[in-house]
Amino acid sequence: MRYYLRKIVFYLLAGWIAVTLNFLLPRMVKGDPVQVILAKTQRLAPLPPSARHALELQFGQTHDPIVVQYWHYLQGLFTGDLGVSVTFYPSPVVDIISQALPWTLLLIGLSTVISYVVGLLLGSYIGWKRGSWLDSLVPISTFLSAIPYFWLALILVYIFGVNLQWFPVTGGYDNTITPGFSLEFIGSAIYYGLLPAFTIVLASVTSQVLAARNMMVSTMAEDYVTTARAKGLRPRRVFGSYAMRNALLPSVTGFAISLGFIVNGSVVTESVFSYPGVGYTLIQAVENDDYPLMQALFLIITLAVLGANFVADIVYGVIDPRTRSAE
Amino acid sequence: MTEPLLSIRNLTVEYQTADPVQAVRDVSIDIAPGEIFGLAGESGCGKSTLAYAVTRLLEPPAAITGGSIGFRRPDGSSVDVLGLDGRELRAFRWQEISMVFQGAMNALNPVRTVRSQIADIFIDHDAGMSRAQRTRRAAELLKTVGIDPRRLSSYPHELSGGMRQRVMIAMALALRPRLIVMDEPTTALDVVVQRNIIEEINRLRAEFCFAVLFITHDLGLLLEISDRVGVMLAGSLVEQGTPRRLQDAPQHDYTRHLLRSFPSLRGDVPSTGTRYVTIQDGARA
Amino acid sequence: MAFSQQELADPDVLPASPVPGRRTRWAFFRNASWKLWTGLAICAFFVVIAAVAPLIAPNPNQTSSIGLQPPSINHVFGTTNIGQDVLQQVLGGTTGSIVIGVVAGALTVVLSMLFGVGGAFLGGKWDEASSLISNVFLVIPGLPLLIIVTDYVQSRSILVIAVVIAIVSWAGAARVLRAQTLSVRSRDYVDAARVASESTWRIMLREILPNLMPIIASQFVFGALGAILAEAGLSFLGLGAAGGKSWGSILFFAQNAQAITLGAWWWFVPPGLCIAIVGAALGLINFSIDERINPRLRTLAVIKRSRRHGRKATK
Repeated sequence: MRYYLRKIVFYLLAGWIAVTLNFLLPRMVKGDPVQVILAKTQRLAPLPPSARHALELQFGQTHDPIVVQYWHYLQGLFTGDLGVSVTFYPSPVVDIISQALPWTLLLIGLSTVISYVVGLLLGSYIGWKRGSWLDSLVPISTFLSAIPYFWLALILVYIFGVNLQWFPVTGGYDNTITPGFSLEFIGSAIYYGLLPAFTIVLASVTSQVLAARNMMVSTMAEDYVTTARAKGLRPRRVFGSYAMRNALLPSVTGFAISLGFIVNGSVVTESVFSYPGVGYTLIQAVENDDYPLMQALFLIITLAVLGANFVADIVYGVIDPRTRSAE
Repeated sequence: MTEPLLSIRNLTVEYQTADPVQAVRDVSIDIAPGEIFGLAGESGCGKSTLAYAVTRLLEPPAAITGGSIGFRRPDGSSVDVLGLDGRELRAFRWQEISMVFQGAMNALNPVRTVRSQIADIFIDHDAGMSRAQRTRRAAELLKTVGIDPRRLSSYPHELSGGMRQRVMIAMALALRPRLIVMDEPTTALDVVVQRNIIEEINRLRAEFCFAVLFITHDLGLLLEISDRVGVMLAGSLVEQGTPRRLQDAPQHDYTRHLLRSFPSLRGDVPSTGTRYVTIQDGARA
Repeated sequence: MAFSQQELADPDVLPASPVPGRRTRWAFFRNASWKLWTGLAICAFFVVIAAVAPLIAPNPNQTSSIGLQPPSINHVFGTTNIGQDVLQQVLGGTTGSIVIGVVAGALTVVLSMLFGVGGAFLGGKWDEASSLISNVFLVIPGLPLLIIVTDYVQSRSILVIAVVIAIVSWAGAARVLRAQTLSVRSRDYVDAARVASESTWRIMLREILPNLMPIIASQFVFGALGAILAEAGLSFLGLGAAGGKSWGSILFFAQNAQAITLGAWWWFVPPGLCIAIVGAALGLINFSIDERINPRLRTLAVIKRSRRHGRKATK
């Protein structure tokens, strides 16, 4: 029980730190960011004075003491008021994010699950059959795991998109189809998502395989695996209930860490494919110095990753009976 | 001796590293049905390797390079243990020969209950028992070794060291094997618990009539409880015989050396638990 | 090297259990496998290039009129859209990438040692605090944070970028170091030193740090690898060091000039390939360090060799 409490406290704390960091960062920017933004946007379209005021609030250039500003900020968070985007003025930031989020969820969700499951099974199997030819795959996968996501994306786009023209190169769906829950649209979304997903899976699966293999090798040397064999148990049971069941444990936490890597990877991958997800929007925001949007995106991404980690930790507490009594 | 239960003949085990090491050299041992054969020797002398060879648990780079191991079934037929493979080997394991490992801290699967680990044995040996029957049988086994059957739902880390070792012994008895190999079953436990476990083993042996290959570095313990004792040094069996004969007329230098190394209370018969006692002329044990 | 039966039979052999001191360090190199040497050789090659790049590729940004040419005798890697020689660009970019890798890697290790080793060694509240801080940093996603902080900082010097990368990446290494320090700290020879009234500093330097060396080296390699990839990512997104002298920035320009759609593969393949090769080399080095510290992985090599002897394994 203490284990769960500790985890809840930790994640609340981390969440609070992320939120506060988000609050402090724009106030640490040198110079007058409001001016910078206004200068940029004046070129696009003139901004009404209310916008200027909103920006000033955002950047803490009101004359309220900082604690009051913080309080307003927190209030704004809870009511879902994250400010107004500069790039897409006057759309509120929340709208932009809620449009981009589903795409990223689809992409990341799919890629993470695939690379995790494939990596785990393949790695465990290689570890189980240690000493066989499969072990020589390991140096190759070391090479593969060092390949930068975006370069891999570029290569794949070149081969499959430009040369063979099997897959579309940009976008999340066919622009001529109206978005909605039609079969046509969903089909198009999946089609456009295949190549980006494949990139992410290819880049991250190798590190999963390596980690799973190493874990399996360590577990197999344990006494209880030897005992299981001595008991004359079926090989499948020894592999499953005795070896895998224990080797899996660190993988649950590894899942959370690998999620972090995949979030990183998706930012760049979306950029290469101009895939309309959260990462792509982040890059756009950065290019346009759209601080409100940037901040909100960072917050969303961080909270999502924190949430996933939290779930992973809770699951770990459930599957490893030792944690529940140990703490 | 009547027909031996287990006959190890000229067994040689090698670790096939770049510089091959012979862990067991040309060892021959006969164990009669129902007897306790003690195997003594210092760490690294090869006795554990021998134990693993008998139960066919050796993994590369270890390999059996010579000799044979024969096991006599109740119906009189003989099994070539080294020739078993696959399904036959699986069936043979635990049914005919079971094992109690050193330090049961790690020998139990940490993420599964005691009940499921005992039930696994029945399931995979096609005992044809229903779930309820398996649970009942598991409870019986635990009671036999003096553990509350409610502990079936416990996880290994919730049990003390002594309890874990008893669970191991209970599991070893599950299929009523005729030989149990015990590799340092009491070394990791304190002296009092050690005494209890030994008594338990003796009692069970009287009730279920199994033979024991008892491996330990504690020669004193073996002299007390074994029917016959063997001494190993650097892979070779340098001497074997009854405890009386070994004490009265040791043939090999090493045996004499081992016997001399015990501190004792009275100076004649060595006994267990004397490690922590100072010997006569004030020198430390 | 023959293994003692104890070592093979005893699964509880602890990783960094050898006697601290010089003997182990040299033994490490003597018994190193092909992986280590290959990895080191490749890294050394690139470091040399990074050092001499200003000499052999003095003007990588020199434009010419022959734009977007595929590889030819004059330009081994072809040219960019404004006629720059890609080979020269890649050579020039080596410096930026390698320097960032080394500097950020070193900073990462220093930071993680501070929190990981320092916290674990001092124990108590210090340990709790540093552990908490590193866990928080670990859980906050790296690249988004990196992007945001870089944008806010607005300075684009190599040093600043390296510092920012280090700030984002130290947490993982700190956790590993902390775990290892805790395990070393609880070992008998440290207690012995304490009983002998050795000062805290001496214990740290003479007993604990030598045993942490392999892990620290491994974390440095990880850190360098991560930094090179992070810098490449940043540059690719246009947030890298000003002056664009790294492999990532070459890719940035390539992407901007629509190199893929124009089919100019010679522009973006070489820089990425360099990153991958250096990354793989670092990975190999880490792998061989890993094999050293984790004896079970070592045993695998022995098993493979013995299987090749053709003996029937007893199953």
